[in-house]
Amino acid sequence: MAAEVAARESPNRPMVPITYYLLLAAALFCMGMFGVLVRRNALVVFMCVELMLNAANLTFLAFARMRGDAVGHVSAFFVIAVAAAEAAIGLAIVIAVFRSRGSVLVEDIRTMKH
Amino acid sequence: MNIELILFGAFALLTLLSAGMVIFARSPINSAMALVSTFFFLAGIYVLLWAHTVAVMQVLVYAGAIMVLFLFVIMLLNLGESPTRGRPTLARLVGGAATVGLLAVLVITLLKVPGDAPVMAQEAQATFGTMALLGQTIFTQWLLPFEAVSLLLLVAMVGAVVVAKSRI
Repeated sequence: MAAEVAARESPNRPMVPITYYLLLAAALFCMGMFGVLVRRNALVVFMCVELMLNAANLTFLAFARMRGDAVGHVSAFFVIAVAAAEAAIGLAIVIAVFRSRGSVLVEDIRTMKH
Repeated sequence: MNIELILFGAFALLTLLSAGMVIFARSPINSAMALVSTFFFLAGIYVLLWAHTVAVMQVLVYAGAIMVLFLFVIMLLNLGESPTRGRPTLARLVGGAATVGLLAVLVITLLKVPGDAPVMAQEAQATFGTMALLGQTIFTQWLLPFEAVSLLLLVAMVGAVVVAKSRI
Protein backbone atom coordinates (compact mmCIF):
# COMPACT_ATOMS: atom_id res chain seq x y z
CA MET A 1 0.00 0.00 0.00
CA ALA A 2 2.77 2.42 0.92
CA ALA A 3 4.67 1.58 -2.23
CA GLU A 4 1.53 2.15 -4.25
CA VAL A 5 1.01 5.57 -2.69
CA ALA A 6 4.65 6.46 -3.31
CA ALA A 7 4.43 5.37 -6.90
CA ARG A 8 1.35 7.39 -7.55
CA GLU A 9 2.26 10.59 -5.78
CA SER A 10 5.29 11.35 -7.93
CA PRO A 11 3.27 12.90 -10.78
CA ASN A 12 1.59 15.38 -8.53
CA ARG A 13 0.29 17.38 -11.42
CA PRO A 14 -0.56 15.79 -14.75
CA MET A 15 2.56 15.83 -16.90
CA VAL A 16 0.40 16.13 -20.00
CA PRO A 17 -1.87 19.19 -19.92
CA ILE A 18 -5.55 18.27 -19.68
CA THR A 19 -6.08 20.48 -22.74
CA TYR A 20 -4.35 17.87 -24.92
CA TYR A 21 -6.84 15.23 -23.83
CA LEU A 22 -9.74 17.61 -24.54
CA LEU A 23 -8.36 18.38 -28.00
CA LEU A 24 -8.01 14.66 -28.74
CA ALA A 25 -11.63 14.17 -27.65
CA ALA A 26 -12.76 17.04 -29.90
CA ALA A 27 -10.92 15.53 -32.89
CA LEU A 28 -12.41 12.10 -32.19
CA PHE A 29 -15.91 13.54 -31.86
CA CYS A 30 -15.59 15.41 -35.15
CA MET A 31 -14.32 12.28 -36.93
CA GLY A 32 -17.34 10.38 -35.61
CA MET A 33 -19.68 13.16 -36.69
CA PHE A 34 -18.08 13.22 -40.15
CA GLY A 35 -18.69 9.49 -40.48
CA VAL A 36 -22.31 9.80 -39.35
CA LEU A 37 -23.00 12.57 -41.86
CA VAL A 38 -21.08 11.19 -44.83
CA ARG A 39 -21.11 7.37 -44.74
CA ARG A 40 -24.01 5.48 -46.35
CA ASN A 41 -23.79 2.11 -44.63
CA ALA A 42 -26.01 2.13 -41.54
CA LEU A 43 -23.65 -0.20 -39.66
CA VAL A 44 -20.70 2.13 -40.20
CA VAL A 45 -22.91 5.02 -39.10
CA PHE A 46 -23.52 3.14 -35.84
CA MET A 47 -19.79 2.59 -35.38
CA CYS A 48 -19.23 6.31 -35.82
CA VAL A 49 -21.88 6.98 -33.15
CA GLU A 50 -19.80 4.77 -30.84
CA LEU A 51 -16.76 6.90 -31.69
CA MET A 52 -18.68 10.03 -30.66
CA LEU A 53 -19.76 8.41 -27.39
CA ASN A 54 -16.14 7.50 -26.69
CA ALA A 55 -15.09 11.08 -27.29
CA ALA A 56 -17.66 12.19 -24.72
CA ASN A 57 -16.29 9.60 -22.29
CA LEU A 58 -12.76 10.88 -22.79
CA THR A 59 -13.96 14.40 -21.97
CA PHE A 60 -15.65 13.16 -18.79
CA LEU A 61 -12.49 11.38 -17.67
CA ALA A 62 -10.24 14.32 -18.52
CA PHE A 63 -12.33 16.69 -16.42
CA ALA A 64 -12.54 14.08 -13.65
CA ARG A 65 -8.73 14.00 -13.54
CA MET A 66 -8.60 17.79 -13.61
CA ARG A 67 -10.99 18.16 -10.67
CA GLY A 68 -9.95 15.02 -8.81
CA ASP A 69 -13.58 13.98 -8.71
CA ALA A 70 -14.89 10.42 -9.15
CA VAL A 71 -18.27 11.56 -10.47
CA GLY A 72 -16.76 11.84 -13.97
CA HIS A 73 -15.87 8.15 -13.79
CA VAL A 74 -19.46 7.34 -12.77
CA SER A 75 -20.73 9.30 -15.78
CA ALA A 76 -18.38 7.40 -18.09
CA PHE A 77 -19.68 4.15 -16.60
CA PHE A 78 -23.26 5.17 -17.36
CA VAL A 79 -22.33 6.23 -20.90
CA ILE A 80 -20.83 2.78 -21.50
CA ALA A 81 -24.03 1.11 -20.22
CA VAL A 82 -26.26 3.30 -22.38
CA ALA A 83 -24.00 2.66 -25.40
CA ALA A 84 -24.47 -1.08 -24.89
CA ALA A 85 -28.26 -0.66 -24.87
CA GLU A 86 -28.10 1.61 -27.92
CA ALA A 87 -25.96 -0.84 -29.88
CA ALA A 88 -28.33 -3.74 -29.12
CA ILE A 89 -31.46 -1.86 -30.20
CA GLY A 90 -29.80 -0.15 -33.17
CA LEU A 91 -28.42 -3.37 -34.59
CA ALA A 92 -31.80 -5.06 -34.13
CA ILE A 93 -33.37 -2.24 -36.17
CA VAL A 94 -30.68 -2.67 -38.87
CA ILE A 95 -31.49 -6.39 -39.06
CA ALA A 96 -35.25 -5.68 -39.28
CA VAL A 97 -34.72 -3.09 -42.05
CA PHE A 98 -32.40 -5.42 -43.96
CA ARG A 99 -35.04 -8.15 -43.76
CA SER A 100 -37.80 -5.97 -45.19
CA ARG A 101 -35.75 -4.02 -47.77
CA GLY A 102 -32.61 -6.01 -48.49
CA SER A 103 -30.33 -3.04 -47.98
CA VAL A 104 -28.48 -1.32 -45.15
CA LEU A 105 -27.72 1.90 -47.04
CA VAL A 106 -29.27 4.88 -45.31
CA GLU A 107 -30.35 6.45 -48.61
CA ASP A 108 -32.55 3.43 -49.39
CA ILE A 109 -34.56 3.98 -46.21
CA ARG A 110 -36.73 6.90 -47.23
CA THR A 111 -40.33 5.85 -46.69
CA MET A 112 -40.95 8.62 -44.18
CA LYS A 113 -39.08 11.27 -46.13
CA HIS A 114 -41.96 12.50 -48.29
CA MET B 1 10.34 14.91 -22.97
CA ASN B 2 8.89 12.69 -20.31
CA ILE B 3 7.52 9.19 -20.65
CA GLU B 4 3.92 10.23 -20.00
CA LEU B 5 3.94 12.71 -22.87
CA ILE B 6 5.49 10.14 -25.21
CA LEU B 7 2.88 7.56 -24.26
CA PHE B 8 0.08 10.09 -24.70
CA GLY B 9 1.38 11.08 -28.12
CA ALA B 10 1.68 7.48 -29.28
CA PHE B 11 -1.77 6.49 -28.03
CA ALA B 12 -3.40 9.66 -29.40
CA LEU B 13 -1.83 9.19 -32.83
CA LEU B 14 -2.84 5.53 -32.99
CA THR B 15 -6.37 6.36 -31.79
CA LEU B 16 -6.84 8.97 -34.49
CA LEU B 17 -5.34 6.69 -37.17
CA SER B 18 -7.68 3.84 -36.29
CA ALA B 19 -10.64 6.21 -36.10
CA GLY B 20 -9.75 7.39 -39.60
CA MET B 21 -9.71 3.78 -40.76
CA VAL B 22 -13.18 3.29 -39.23
CA ILE B 23 -14.49 6.15 -41.34
CA PHE B 24 -12.72 5.44 -44.60
CA ALA B 25 -12.55 1.63 -44.80
CA ARG B 26 -14.55 0.21 -47.70
CA SER B 27 -15.85 -2.94 -46.05
CA PRO B 28 -17.73 -2.89 -42.72
CA ILE B 29 -15.53 -5.70 -41.34
CA ASN B 30 -12.43 -3.50 -41.71
CA SER B 31 -14.29 -0.65 -40.03
CA ALA B 32 -15.23 -2.92 -37.13
CA MET B 33 -11.67 -4.18 -36.63
CA ALA B 34 -10.34 -0.62 -36.75
CA LEU B 35 -12.96 0.32 -34.15
CA VAL B 36 -11.70 -2.46 -31.85
CA SER B 37 -8.16 -1.06 -32.02
CA THR B 38 -9.52 2.45 -31.43
CA PHE B 39 -11.12 1.21 -28.21
CA PHE B 40 -7.89 -0.46 -27.07
CA PHE B 41 -5.80 2.67 -27.64
CA LEU B 42 -8.43 4.79 -25.91
CA ALA B 43 -8.22 2.45 -22.92
CA GLY B 44 -4.51 3.28 -22.80
CA ILE B 45 -5.37 6.98 -22.76
CA TYR B 46 -7.83 6.35 -19.91
CA VAL B 47 -5.06 4.70 -17.88
CA LEU B 48 -2.92 7.80 -18.40
CA LEU B 49 -5.83 9.76 -16.88
CA TRP B 50 -5.75 7.44 -13.82
CA ALA B 51 -9.11 5.93 -14.76
CA HIS B 52 -8.04 2.28 -14.47
CA THR B 53 -11.48 0.91 -13.72
CA VAL B 54 -13.08 2.65 -16.66
CA ALA B 55 -10.24 1.44 -18.90
CA VAL B 56 -10.93 -2.15 -17.87
CA MET B 57 -14.65 -1.67 -18.50
CA GLN B 58 -13.85 -0.12 -21.88
CA VAL B 59 -11.95 -3.22 -22.95
CA LEU B 60 -14.49 -5.66 -21.49
CA VAL B 61 -17.72 -3.98 -22.58
CA TYR B 62 -16.76 -2.04 -25.71
CA ALA B 63 -13.96 -4.05 -27.29
CA GLY B 64 -15.50 -7.28 -26.01
CA ALA B 65 -19.27 -7.27 -25.90
CA ILE B 66 -20.34 -4.46 -28.22
CA MET B 67 -17.87 -5.28 -30.97
CA VAL B 68 -18.84 -8.95 -30.91
CA LEU B 69 -22.41 -7.78 -31.46
CA PHE B 70 -21.31 -5.66 -34.44
CA LEU B 71 -19.26 -8.46 -35.99
CA PHE B 72 -22.09 -10.91 -35.47
CA VAL B 73 -24.54 -8.63 -37.29
CA ILE B 74 -22.09 -8.05 -40.16
CA MET B 75 -21.69 -11.81 -40.46
CA LEU B 76 -25.46 -12.36 -40.27
CA LEU B 77 -26.20 -9.83 -43.01
CA ASN B 78 -23.31 -11.15 -45.14
CA LEU B 79 -22.23 -7.67 -46.24
CA GLY B 80 -19.41 -7.28 -48.72
CA GLU B 81 -17.65 -4.13 -49.81
CA SER B 82 -19.89 -1.17 -50.41
CA PRO B 83 -20.57 -1.20 -54.18
CA THR B 84 -19.64 2.34 -55.11
CA ARG B 85 -18.72 5.43 -53.29
CA GLY B 86 -21.91 7.49 -53.54
CA ARG B 87 -21.94 10.80 -55.32
CA PRO B 88 -21.35 13.75 -53.02
CA THR B 89 -24.80 15.18 -52.49
CA LEU B 90 -25.46 18.64 -51.15
CA ALA B 91 -26.37 17.29 -47.72
CA ARG B 92 -23.06 15.43 -47.46
CA LEU B 93 -20.99 18.41 -48.54
CA VAL B 94 -22.76 20.62 -46.01
CA GLY B 95 -22.28 17.92 -43.37
CA GLY B 96 -18.54 17.67 -44.02
CA ALA B 97 -18.15 21.45 -43.93
CA ALA B 98 -20.16 21.64 -40.70
CA THR B 99 -17.85 19.07 -39.12
CA VAL B 100 -14.77 21.14 -39.97
CA GLY B 101 -16.50 24.22 -38.56
CA LEU B 102 -17.38 22.39 -35.34
CA LEU B 103 -13.78 21.22 -34.96
CA ALA B 104 -12.52 24.79 -35.37
CA VAL B 105 -14.97 26.11 -32.77
CA LEU B 106 -14.11 23.32 -30.32
CA VAL B 107 -10.35 23.85 -30.67
CA ILE B 108 -10.67 27.61 -30.17
CA THR B 109 -12.83 27.07 -27.08
CA LEU B 110 -10.77 24.30 -25.54
CA LEU B 111 -7.55 26.26 -25.86
CA LYS B 112 -9.04 28.70 -23.35
CA VAL B 113 -9.56 25.97 -20.72
CA PRO B 114 -6.77 26.07 -18.14
CA GLY B 115 -4.83 22.81 -18.57
CA ASP B 116 -3.45 22.77 -15.04
CA ALA B 117 -4.96 20.44 -12.51
CA PRO B 118 -5.03 21.38 -8.82
CA VAL B 119 -2.76 19.28 -6.64
CA MET B 120 -4.64 16.38 -5.12
CA ALA B 121 -4.33 15.36 -1.50
CA GLN B 122 -2.29 12.19 -0.98
CA GLU B 123 -5.22 10.12 0.28
CA ALA B 124 -7.29 11.23 -2.72
CA GLN B 125 -4.46 10.23 -5.07
CA ALA B 126 -4.19 6.79 -3.54
CA THR B 127 -7.85 5.97 -4.14
CA PHE B 128 -8.55 7.98 -7.32
CA GLY B 129 -9.85 5.80 -10.15
CA THR B 130 -9.97 2.59 -8.12
CA MET B 131 -12.86 0.17 -8.20
CA ALA B 132 -13.50 0.82 -4.48
CA LEU B 133 -14.04 4.55 -4.91
CA LEU B 134 -16.16 4.04 -8.04
CA GLY B 135 -18.32 1.46 -6.28
CA GLN B 136 -18.71 3.64 -3.23
CA THR B 137 -19.84 6.59 -5.36
CA ILE B 138 -22.23 4.52 -7.47
CA PHE B 139 -23.87 2.63 -4.63
CA THR B 140 -24.39 5.61 -2.35
CA GLN B 141 -24.77 8.83 -4.28
CA TRP B 142 -25.87 7.39 -7.63
CA LEU B 143 -27.91 4.36 -6.60
CA LEU B 144 -31.14 5.42 -8.31
CA PRO B 145 -29.50 6.13 -11.70
CA PHE B 146 -27.70 2.80 -11.39
CA GLU B 147 -30.98 0.95 -10.91
CA ALA B 148 -32.52 2.95 -13.78
CA VAL B 149 -29.65 1.78 -16.03
CA SER B 150 -30.33 -1.82 -15.09
CA LEU B 151 -33.97 -1.30 -16.09
CA LEU B 152 -32.81 0.33 -19.35
CA LEU B 153 -30.62 -2.67 -20.17
CA LEU B 154 -33.55 -5.02 -19.51
CA VAL B 155 -35.81 -2.97 -21.81
CA ALA B 156 -33.09 -2.91 -24.49
CA MET B 157 -32.68 -6.68 -24.23
CA VAL B 158 -36.40 -7.38 -24.63
CA GLY B 159 -36.70 -4.69 -27.31
CA ALA B 160 -33.83 -6.11 -29.37
CA VAL B 161 -35.45 -9.56 -29.35
CA VAL B 162 -38.86 -8.15 -30.31
CA VAL B 163 -37.51 -5.95 -33.11
CA ALA B 164 -35.13 -8.48 -34.65
CA LYS B 165 -37.36 -11.55 -34.46
CA SER B 166 -39.21 -12.08 -37.72
CA ARG B 167 -42.28 -13.77 -36.21
CA ILE B 168 -43.26 -13.64 -32.57
